Amino acid sequence: MSDIPLTFPHILLENARKFPASKIAMREKNFGIWQSYSWQDYLDQVRDFALGLVALGFKKEEKMAIIGDNRPQLYWGMAACQCLGGVPVPLYQDAIHKELQYIVDHSECRFALAEDQEQADKLMHLKEEVPRIEYIIYDDPRGLGNYKHDWLVAYTDVQEMGRKFDQENPDYFINVVNEVKPDDMSIIAYTSGTTGNPKGVMITHRMIADCSRGFLEWDNLDETEEVMAYLPMAWIGDHIFSYGQALTSGFTVNCPESTDTTFHDQKEIGPTHVFAPPRIWENILTQIMIKIEDAAWIKQKAFHYFMKVANRVEKKRIANESVPPVDQVLYAIGKILIYAPLLDNLGMRKIKVAYTAGEAIGPEIFEFYRSLGINLKQLYGMTESCAYISMQKDGDIDSESVGPPAPGVEIKISDSGEVMYKGPGNFIGYYKNPEATAETMVDGWLLSGDAGYMTKRGHLKIIDRAKDVSKLNNGTLFAPKYIENKLKFSPYVKESVAHGMSRDFVAVFIDIDYGAVANWAERRHIGFTSYTDLAQKPEIYDLIYNEIVRVNKSLSQDEQLKNSQIKRYLLLHKELNPDDGEITRTRKVRRRFVAEKYATLIEALYGGKDNVDVEAKVTYEDGRTTTMKANLKVRDVETY
Amino acid sequence: MNEKKEPLLRAENISISFGGLKALNDVNLEIYPGEILAIIGPNGAGKTTMLNIINGFYKPDEGRIFFEGKKRTKRMKPDHIAAQGIARTFQNLALFRGMSALGNIMMGRTMKMRANLFSQALYWGFSQKEEIEHRKAVEHIIDFLQIQNIRRTPASMLPYGLQKRVELGRALAAEPKLLLLDEPMAGMNLEEKEDIARYVLDANEELGYTIALIEHDMGVVMDICDRIAVLDFGHKIAEGTPEEIKSNQKVVKAYLGEAEN
Repeated sequence: MSDIPLTFPHILLENARKFPASKIAMREKNFGIWQSYSWQDYLDQVRDFALGLVALGFKKEEKMAIIGDNRPQLYWGMAACQCLGGVPVPLYQDAIHKELQYIVDHSECRFALAEDQEQADKLMHLKEEVPRIEYIIYDDPRGLGNYKHDWLVAYTDVQEMGRKFDQENPDYFINVVNEVKPDDMSIIAYTSGTTGNPKGVMITHRMIADCSRGFLEWDNLDETEEVMAYLPMAWIGDHIFSYGQALTSGFTVNCPESTDTTFHDQKEIGPTHVFAPPRIWENILTQIMIKIEDAAWIKQKAFHYFMKVANRVEKKRIANESVPPVDQVLYAIGKILIYAPLLDNLGMRKIKVAYTAGEAIGPEIFEFYRSLGINLKQLYGMTESCAYISMQKDGDIDSESVGPPAPGVEIKISDSGEVMYKGPGNFIGYYKNPEATAETMVDGWLLSGDAGYMTKRGHLKIIDRAKDVSKLNNGTLFAPKYIENKLKFSPYVKESVAHGMSRDFVAVFIDIDYGAVANWAERRHIGFTSYTDLAQKPEIYDLIYNEIVRVNKSLSQDEQLKNSQIKRYLLLHKELNPDDGEITRTRKVRRRFVAEKYATLIEALYGGKDNVDVEAKVTYEDGRTTTMKANLKVRDVETY
Repeated sequence: MNEKKEPLLRAENISISFGGLKALNDVNLEIYPGEILAIIGPNGAGKTTMLNIINGFYKPDEGRIFFEGKKRTKRMKPDHIAAQGIARTFQNLALFRGMSALGNIMMGRTMKMRANLFSQALYWGFSQKEEIEHRKAVEHIIDFLQIQNIRRTPASMLPYGLQKRVELGRALAAEPKLLLLDEPMAGMNLEEKEDIARYVLDANEELGYTIALIEHDMGVVMDICDRIAVLDFGHKIAEGTPEEIKSNQKVVKAYLGEAEN
């Protein structure tokens, strides 16, 4: 198998040789028109930029920070960096200053690539505190015309330097690329953990290449696929999907015009392969539901009727049972009237396979998309495994599990119930943090930090974060995330935090979904001024009450969990926000922090009071803070 | 700052009355190429009247206007003046409500369209080529103002701040030599104001437009303008850099002082 290239620079060279000029590697919408680049264009762009970096003094094993939306230039910058034996460090563009500063400093970046003025400004600001940043390179020159610094260079100028360098040193590029080895580090992906500073996950070319190929073979995907690149480049999911898989298969990556146009651009492209966290699937479903409520009466009736049919049919399909002929006919009619037009409208008609990953997805949401005819599947992975641990197989779907182990991956459950795995994507270690590495890696097995078990079908089922699973005072198992996820499957609940460890019963904080609840309220002529005001309306408390009752009923079905039903709840006065440190950028609740910050609220939940005053500090994106005051109601819920 | 430079526009001894009210009285004003000039003053000081005179909507009772050194004749209509290269936005929104953002901005190109009605109707030959060129220019403006996501949205369905941005886009589409903005930030929240201020600055710095604007928000005016002219009851009472205006006693008394007391 030695002829299959294992480093990304070599894979890129191979693609440029193998694919004709008509095969599109990348598209970007610019000025309202899709601009295309072939694999040869991709290589030329990367080569020019890489040699320009050399001219600026870029050395092997050097790190380069990359920040911005998904632009071809940023992917090329990543590849260019790898061609020189360097390591790209993609950053979340919505991360706050302190986080960015830590990462840029910790990763020892001497070079940084920014999408535009907004990102370049952030980096310039960082440069004052982290002087080791030497060069800041920007793609979009707009708004940067007035800055005159030697160390602030335009992307195209770097490429120009590269072309000049190439003329003088024609063999340099190929020689430097040939020095890159499969087991060299290819990327450091920083994960924002629920505690402490971000950790830099070191990953090699071979890991990304092997896992990408593993994904492609699992679903028989090839170079004809079309994907949309719109998820943060710093997320391992995007790296595997828009970079790893794209290069190893040769398929086309499409960059939307701007974040706001993604949905519309997707309609024009019609992607065949989709990878998105549950949040995106939830958002789209919420949008559909809002639009349906606005539709004509007859359309609403038709939609709801045929969605019931589809749901019935899908339940049979998942269970691998035969669908009754009547439902087959109804489903065929529904497909013409509802499902196909709806998918077309969402730009999802051509999807061959779609994945949801990163968090648990609600069975209702999952089944909604599947019933429409989208082959949506669940995948379980983490940055430390290159997102490659387990995934569902066609024809063997289970809405509550994350599927069997991926090819080449072994999974075992530790005595304490924690999921451990060993596979081709297992990382080298955390950058400059051997203690954390040692805590995670035990005899070649990686500790996932998740509690779960293998089902009878051989699927992995994840319950919760291992360290969060605990017991109530009466000894009942308490899995907070499991409960929170059940709540979050309601369109009206954005986030929730369940409490119960060493308590007598379970009580929850609820963060309403402002968009969906506001819409619901407007329809019923309920006036409100702000999030805080809306959240404290008695009508909204009633609305959420019903959602909690639904969760309690579902919990009551489970022998193990029926005593962990929710007894009390309150609606928070503000949205939990990563800027306030309450949740991570990937929207995971920082429990300890929330428990400390909202200690008075928790006391109110357990102290039997029916309302509580709260004062909270709010941090804006630019770091400014302000405090707000509110009075929150606390209510009881019926249990079953 | 521009002592030696020829002004792009020079208004000499402008006076105009509406009935008994003297809206402007013997006002002199120069706008120099490449600058951002702010016209400020209390309500009713004659700011909008001044803009209306500059773009030819009103004809002054007395006084003369020179644009690029050429004297404006009495017979010139606003559309002639627009064709000379003066574009403006309005205090109240004046968009085509049913038309998309794209269509509205495209309207700004009208002055530059040469194809005749017949070939335009058939979308054939020269008119096709021309349309593509104009669309390209409009797309650059859409990109500049970052409104790609609302390209196809009818103007009436856009929030106020975005409508203002589309209006600015339409003025920019005419590629004017002189851009007049009548309260571009009126009624906006802080974030929207900062956005528009950024676009105005960029239009000046990156695209090289000469801009004259009326604005009430002193913070914005002091931040982004090169020069300020102050009107009060139809008289120009001061002119100079933001620093000079801040320390000018007359201005403080007539305008800034009122706000403070």
